Amino acid sequence: MKNKKLMGNLITYGLVIVAYAIVAYLLHAGRLTSLVKGLLVPICVYVILAVSLNLVVGISGELSLGHAGFMCVGAFSGAFFSKCLQDTLSFAPLRLALAIAVGAVVAAVFGLLIGIPVLRLKGDYLAIVTLAFGEIIKNVMNIFYIGLDSNGFHFSVKDQFSMGMEPGGEILVSGPMGITGTPKDASFLAGIILILITLFVVLHLIDSRDGRAIMAIRDNRIAADSIGLNITHYKLMAFTVSAALTGAAGSLYAHNLATLQAKKFDYNFSILALVFVVLGGIGNIRGSVIAAVVLTVLPELLRGMANYRMLIYSIILILMMLFNWAPRFLEWRERHLGRLFRKNRKEE
Amino acid sequence: MAAILEVNHLSIAFGGLHAVDEFSIAIEKGELYGLIGPNGAGKTTVFNLLTGVYKPNEGIIRLDGKDITGRKTRDINKEGIARTFQNIRLFHQLSVLDNVKVGLHNHYSYLTLEGILHLGRYRRTEKRMDDEAMDLLRVFDLDQEALVTAANLPYGKQRKLEIARALATRPKLLLLDEPAAGMNPNETAELMDTIRFVRNKFDITILLIEHDMKLVSGICERLTVLNFGRILAQGETSQVLHDPEVIKAYLGE
Ligand SMILES: Nc1ncnc2c1ncn2[C@@H]1O[C@H](COP(=O)(O)OP(=O)(O)OP(=O)(O)O)[C@@H](O)[C@H]1O
Ligand SMILES: [Mg+2]
Repeated sequence: MKNKKLMGNLITYGLVIVAYAIVAYLLHAGRLTSLVKGLLVPICVYVILAVSLNLVVGISGELSLGHAGFMCVGAFSGAFFSKCLQDTLSFAPLRLALAIAVGAVVAAVFGLLIGIPVLRLKGDYLAIVTLAFGEIIKNVMNIFYIGLDSNGFHFSVKDQFSMGMEPGGEILVSGPMGITGTPKDASFLAGIILILITLFVVLHLIDSRDGRAIMAIRDNRIAADSIGLNITHYKLMAFTVSAALTGAAGSLYAHNLATLQAKKFDYNFSILALVFVVLGGIGNIRGSVIAAVVLTVLPELLRGMANYRMLIYSIILILMMLFNWAPRFLEWRERHLGRLFRKNRKEE
Repeated sequence: MAAILEVNHLSIAFGGLHAVDEFSIAIEKGELYGLIGPNGAGKTTVFNLLTGVYKPNEGIIRLDGKDITGRKTRDINKEGIARTFQNIRLFHQLSVLDNVKVGLHNHYSYLTLEGILHLGRYRRTEKRMDDEAMDLLRVFDLDQEALVTAANLPYGKQRKLEIARALATRPKLLLLDEPAAGMNPNETAELMDTIRFVRNKFDITILLIEHDMKLVSGICERLTVLNFGRILAQGETSQVLHDPEVIKAYLGE
């Protein structure tokens, strides 16, 4: 089983690397349309988002609808960092790596602060409260103004004029207009590397003492309590790690956009992430990767047939749901597709 | 003799129902003690009180001389009480081996970061956990099924796995809630041997709830009989089982 698990993980990493190789080749050969090129970084961002949300939903067994909020703080803090360092630090890859780390740390802090009160709740209640926190983060970000002049930083939550800046000062964050002029440091390669790091962290965490405790608590809270596990601690760990990875993805996302606005990170975004997780299979990390890719690429490819686009998209959603959840399909998969699509989770 | 568990005047009421009323008991180190009584007598509630699932309205619980009344379930486990459940509560998506390894959780450690990076200490610690867990599984004849998902075990083996997991926390006192429920006579007889073996090998004290009189009279040295939350009889097994009050309570059901 140790080996089987290892094999499973290697297949997941392999899938990502092969996908990268194919896309890199197509890019090199000039065979990708600009539409697809523009999708490459967002796809990576969604994959990371789906995998990290699956850590909370599938591995820890808690429903979070607030991940857009973590993405939002990750994106803004990362972009803010890069804008401030744009002139000082000119080596883009290092600047991006640091910005991603900043996004992750800031989102982790938010994850921890929000997790402490909300993880006492269960099920639907937790979902609703995380949803609310996600919206709060978005709305707070939406009114922030930050400027910089020779006197240092200026803040306001009203408008840019109430910051009282000198005439020559630079506005870094501009309320609903968000952040503009973040260096476009993001690249497909950076996205792939971040995916691999995310997979590494999540898959290895699952396969460690802490991961076992997290899954045990998911399976039976009362029994976990009776054998001395600190339930809050492990719920919080899963939530915070997930928030950090989501924040990292947010930071990457911000470095791919000319303008970053908070309103992008509304609850639809969280729901979309949940759709990836559910359709890829709850608790199935590889499934999340595949679902995020398919469901991001598909609507774009279908743009040509405008009228049928949403129809086909919904049919694909239904098919994926059947593929992952219908007992008959599961049996068929087990028999014919074997290990490649084996679910980590046992249905009861 | 030193009492490992000493309970005095323990009471809890749910609304108007006195589920457990003035419950007292003293169990000596190494004893195999039985708690019996008709359905709804309050036996499981006693376990829930001992393990901190419920906080008593009154009374005091001492484990090895230390007052543990009102402590958290998790802390009581760390003090040395482990239990099984009447309705089995396994970590059903985890493997049999992992169920036991979670039981070992508080006795081994490495940093989260070491776990994520799979560093040397992770490898060494996991190996030692595997070894200890496999030893425990062997006691319950579950070693062949170590990699099976717990949910896929047959019922009797699920009950055994629960005991193995509880033992993995290295308790001083083990509470078994109807360990033979749903087992056939053969399995029950085998389980009796295992329970005795466990008591001797791990040098622990066992308090068990059971309906199967054969099992109770076969292995318990002393008994407490509960009826409507109150103690009906207490003492040597043979004596208690011949007590007219006890016979009446059981036949009168
Ligand atoms: N949390 C609770 N809230 C309300 N009543 C409870 C609660 N827990 C137990 N009871 C009641 O307390 C009484 C004792 O229940 P308990 O489960 O301890 O009985 P038991 O002796 O274990 O019975 P059985 O042999 O059926 O397992 C029952 O009447 C039960 O309904
Ligand atoms: Mg009971």
